[in-house]
Amino acid sequence: MSAVTVFGLCAAAAVGLGLYGLIANPQPLRKIIAFNLLGSGVFLLFGIVGRRGAAAGFGNDPVPQALVITGVVVAFSATALAIALLLLLFQIAGSTTLNNRTAASPRSDPSGH
Amino acid sequence: MLPPAPALVTTAGGFLLVLSIVVPVAGVLLAFALGERYVRQVASTVVPVGLAIAVAVLVLLPRSDGHLVYLLGAWPPPLGVALRADGLSAVMLATTAVVICAVAIFAATDFRPQSVEARAPFAFWILLLAIWGALNTIFVAGDLFTLYVALELLTFAAVPLVSLDGRAETLRAALRYLLFALLGSVLYLMGTALLYGLYGTLDIELLSHRVSADSGVLIAAALMTTGLLAKTALFPLHLWLPPAHAGAPAAASAILSALVVKGSFFILVRLWFDVMPGLPGLAAAQLLAALGTGAIVFGSVVALRQERLKLLIAYSTLAQIGYLFLMFPLAFGASGKLESDQALAGGLLQAVSHATAKAAMFMAVGSIYTGLGHDRITGLRGVARALPLSVLAFAIGGIALMGVQPSGASLAKELLLQDTARTGQWWWAVVLQAGGMFTTAYVVLVLSHAFAPSDQPITLIGPAPLSRDLAALALALCSLFLGLLPWDSYLPVPYDATSKLFGIDALSKLLLPVLGGAALAILLSPWPHPLGSSAAWKALMRVVGPLRRGCLRFGSLIERGDEVLRQWSAAGISLLLVSLLLAASMFAAN
Repeated sequence: MSAVTVFGLCAAAAVGLGLYGLIANPQPLRKIIAFNLLGSGVFLLFGIVGRRGAAAGFGNDPVPQALVITGVVVAFSATALAIALLLLLFQIAGSTTLNNRTAASPRSDPSGH
Repeated sequence: MLPPAPALVTTAGGFLLVLSIVVPVAGVLLAFALGERYVRQVASTVVPVGLAIAVAVLVLLPRSDGHLVYLLGAWPPPLGVALRADGLSAVMLATTAVVICAVAIFAATDFRPQSVEARAPFAFWILLLAIWGALNTIFVAGDLFTLYVALELLTFAAVPLVSLDGRAETLRAALRYLLFALLGSVLYLMGTALLYGLYGTLDIELLSHRVSADSGVLIAAALMTTGLLAKTALFPLHLWLPPAHAGAPAAASAILSALVVKGSFFILVRLWFDVMPGLPGLAAAQLLAALGTGAIVFGSVVALRQERLKLLIAYSTLAQIGYLFLMFPLAFGASGKLESDQALAGGLLQAVSHATAKAAMFMAVGSIYTGLGHDRITGLRGVARALPLSVLAFAIGGIALMGVQPSGASLAKELLLQDTARTGQWWWAVVLQAGGMFTTAYVVLVLSHAFAPSDQPITLIGPAPLSRDLAALALALCSLFLGLLPWDSYLPVPYDATSKLFGIDALSKLLLPVLGGAALAILLSPWPHPLGSSAAWKALMRVVGPLRRGCLRFGSLIERGDEVLRQWSAAGISLLLVSLLLAASMFAAN
């Protein structure tokens, strides 16, 4: 098994775990971590893509590396924004559930009646 | 060995594309540097300049063969990055500029630094400019990775707009929106990685020459399409849209509903029509339109059952997003390829008219909300007398949206209907007509409450500045007269389509949705009508009573289904299912 295959399988595993966590976990913080895992899988995939450029005679294809760095920055800012929102939500509501049922239902209008 | 790619030089006026991105971004940075005191001055300088740039692009585009290109650093792709604008980009740039201008005028009285607590006004103006910059990048980007970055910028600017007022409810909505949007963008990024691995470029023009029906490409296409659908909130991936759009302040809702969802829709159009027109196949396009039909039915029925006006409009956005996806199967030519033809023009026109009309409606509702202190539909009686301009703006926006001549929506519907006849797909004609009726239904419902006479005069609790209503009204009128504009230098609109907008024929086409819509409003809305005590109403109820009870039961069933689908796990599973179905139908077609 070549290195590319091993890394490819790792990327697939990370993506699968991340997808599962993002969909199945009810906790927002865990969702954020799962998103990062999912993102790491995709970045690994970009790395493999760059590695395949080596077959064409290059040491490594630099473009995917540049894309990964941009992607990491984007994922980092996304995580920061999500954590900031989550912290604010915890400060205001005292819990971090995303479930709307526990909150006021959208039908009720506080100013009405 | 590389196929020759056209237009690899910067054209005259290409720098305008750079300016359209740089000016809003510079505004954001400047506002940060100068601080809260000068944020409005910065915005009021940047907004007219941005509008002027959009107009300049509109003027220059037909003179330079319908394409503007700018090569960053003069490096041609695949090494460099190109910015490109065609007719679609120019139209969307102009729409965005017009809507942002109107919203800025509307918000100028709302988000005064001294009038509102904390940092909300500062954040609003910065986010407004950031959204503008991100959208312009989406419209002129020439490669898929730039599109990814722009898409993320758009999300990061849109999410805080949802939670501007900092209530727990809106924070929750913002967090849901962010997490689901991130899931969508990761799927898009995964597809980009696959495409780069296969072809070594992400430039749209180069890719369109190189793609072939490889299994990797089809998987990439399915992943990217699903990711973009999640960001556009096409049914059943709409869990984040209603709370996010209904919870935000009026000016923010207008931007979110009118423009932000169009960003990812535009990328989807680029992907399907420009990158791989031959690959997705008719089955996948039918699937998209079927999801669109689901969106129309669910969005409209649930909208008719909402008690709050803002939620009604948010659900109507859901339905209108579905309407946009009806163009995909109609755009297939005889060769089995997607053709950038009149169906595409119809879809884009629908997007433009929805953007203008929906922004106007949200702004009008914002005025009504500040005036009355609530936006319950049942409490609207007499509001037409108290706030005539707001209600007028809402009415004109609604009339434009339901496709009354000469609105953009009517021209779009005409174009799409012609294509259903041309391609023999009569079932989409049925959906198009039903969609028009549903739109009419919720507009008529709101107007019938607003125009009902009130026993006692309404006392307004908030101020109603004239400039806000005028901004909404101008935008609504803009949407109403879109059908009269000369589209043919930007979009493939056949010359005779506009002439069919008037006459006896057009009148009969108008009556059908209006009557159908009124019937739907009576049958599906559970709220007591102000005229409910009149004799005529009671006579009507004796006739249609049983039918109405059945329809209401159907409506509550749909509403419960919508609640289930908006659970996180259900939406996640639908996301996986949609991507699997898309991949399967694409594999079957190739």
